[in-house]
Amino acid sequence: MKNTLKSRAALSVPLLCATLLITGGCGQKEAAGIDPKLYTDSLFAVMNADRANYTKLIIGRLGPKGADAIKPNEHWEDLANGAPLPAQMFRFGAEVVAETTDDFTYSLQSIWPINSQNAPRTDIEKAGLQHIADNPGSNFYGEEQLGGVNYFTAVYPDVAVAAPCADCHNNHKDSPRRDFKLGDVMGGVVIRVPLD
Amino acid sequence: MKALSTKTVLWSLWTTAVIGLSVWLSWPLIFEEQQDIFLAGAATHGHHQIELACNACHTSPFGGKEVLQSACIACHGAELKAVSDSHPTKKFTDPRNADIIERLDARYCIACHAEHQLERTRPMGVTLPEDFCFECHEDVGRERPSHAGMGFETCASAGCHNFHDNLALYEDFLLKHSSDPWLLETQRMLEQPPQRGDLAARVEPDAPNSVVTDEAVTAEWQHSAHAAAGVNCSDCHGSEQQWQPKPLQSVCAGCHEQQFAGFTAGKHGMRLAQGLSPMVVDQARIAMKPEAGHRELTCNSCHSAHAYDRQVAAVDSCQSCHDSEHSRNYAQSPHAGLEAPVTCATCHMPRQESPGGGFHVQHNQSDNLRPNEKMIRSVCLDCHGLGFAIDALADEALINRNFTGRPALHIESIDMAVDRAKDAPTLDKSYQ
Repeated sequence: MKNTLKSRAALSVPLLCATLLITGGCGQKEAAGIDPKLYTDSLFAVMNADRANYTKLIIGRLGPKGADAIKPNEHWEDLANGAPLPAQMFRFGAEVVAETTDDFTYSLQSIWPINSQNAPRTDIEKAGLQHIADNPGSNFYGEEQLGGVNYFTAVYPDVAVAAPCADCHNNHKDSPRRDFKLGDVMGGVVIRVPLD
Repeated sequence: MKALSTKTVLWSLWTTAVIGLSVWLSWPLIFEEQQDIFLAGAATHGHHQIELACNACHTSPFGGKEVLQSACIACHGAELKAVSDSHPTKKFTDPRNADIIERLDARYCIACHAEHQLERTRPMGVTLPEDFCFECHEDVGRERPSHAGMGFETCASAGCHNFHDNLALYEDFLLKHSSDPWLLETQRMLEQPPQRGDLAARVEPDAPNSVVTDEAVTAEWQHSAHAAAGVNCSDCHGSEQQWQPKPLQSVCAGCHEQQFAGFTAGKHGMRLAQGLSPMVVDQARIAMKPEAGHRELTCNSCHSAHAYDRQVAAVDSCQSCHDSEHSRNYAQSPHAGLEAPVTCATCHMPRQESPGGGFHVQHNQSDNLRPNEKMIRSVCLDCHGLGFAIDALADEALINRNFTGRPALHIESIDMAVDRAKDAPTLDKSYQ
């Protein structure tokens, strides 16, 4: 009888552990990770700082409204002293990130896009871009499923931080809106984080 | 002696058949011989020469589309990057495009360029229906009223749009060149090769006495650019102890690295890049002279040994094999009649400025060939206006006549760009 109890006790320990392992217990810590909102807020802070600095410190200072030493142009590669437009610079960054990691993606969109391919397409994008346009200074957060994957999607306002931003959009022949002023929300930065 | 049962006989036969079949299938895989038994179908015009070098594309048995994509980019990636590819795969990887890639997975080259399906392969190796642009640009008629009603099968017609390379076709470029005359006042000419008569040998041949030399051969060499540059017999043939009567192409590549890389990237030399035997003219799928069918394509096919006459290589070498209507009409063409003739090589193997200064001849003759709008900036605009070049390249009959006459077609892309610019409000051009 004693032996039977011992055997049962000996058997129960690994069984209990196996059960706990299967159910996620047995002392296992909860999956650690950063809150998606904090994650996207932090990413946006860096993106926004770099974008504003490029616009003010490079394009504003060295472009046609400054020293006129460089030519910011959509087709900058065709010009000896051409420089990517701030929006292009931002997109190039997003493309390099997309080639580097699957942990997040980001894009620059607008409900007044110069290139219609940059208009919102998913329901969350449409709702988010409308929200940041209607509520200057606020962000938008939501979840969506795309291609069978669940995403945390954050939309942040893209503001005309310098005169060239508004000037360029107001003067582009493909721009559907031509009355932007300094400080206006011109579009949004959409950051996606896969949740699965 | 006990007779074998029917079951035993059948099992034996089955086992023998399985072993035989396994050996028959694995032998070509292991020894890389006669792999044609695995061909899923004839390869496209771009790849048929190397279709039996399965490993060129199928670099691994595992990995599926990603493996093939890597193979595509390994050969074509630099070219796409050089032309600022209008539709790079990275444009489609964002999850917001999930619905688009469900219809057309443009993250992979093979979505549009499926291989081994020759029966449904259209020009440029495209295997999709002609109206595939619709999948993403269905609203173009609303954005561009001038495009309303145009069929989506017309988007990629010559002179309008190109899926990858729009360097000569984008709207601002059209506007910039909208007033070009058909023939520019000043033609852009890169340095031309010297006439053979101008070349004189600076050194005596250093072939060892043990090697029988032919005076005619020596004379050919003495008037070559090699002799003028001090490249002597031993530089190609080696020392007396290691004399090579027929130096290998690797000897040429030793000095002409850039040219050899171009040669092996194009149809003339692509088999060499895969470790296969040189291309034989008979393997071509375009019109070739029957008497040239047996010729192998190596450096010396166009650049005859010792003479290395670049003027011969620029026309006569091409004409000795090619037999299309376009090539047959070259001699009567206005290009051929110029004081400084525009040769086959001028257009198909253009001289290009090298990144480090100087220039080199692009030895990949397919580099700017398809679609032919790729030739506009690399060649045509050196002498002609953009509008004329677009129209000429869209006129197949004119191309067949080797540009004798004027274009019978007019592509309206420049007109559309000019009209749209007129309608645009007065703009501050600072950022445009």
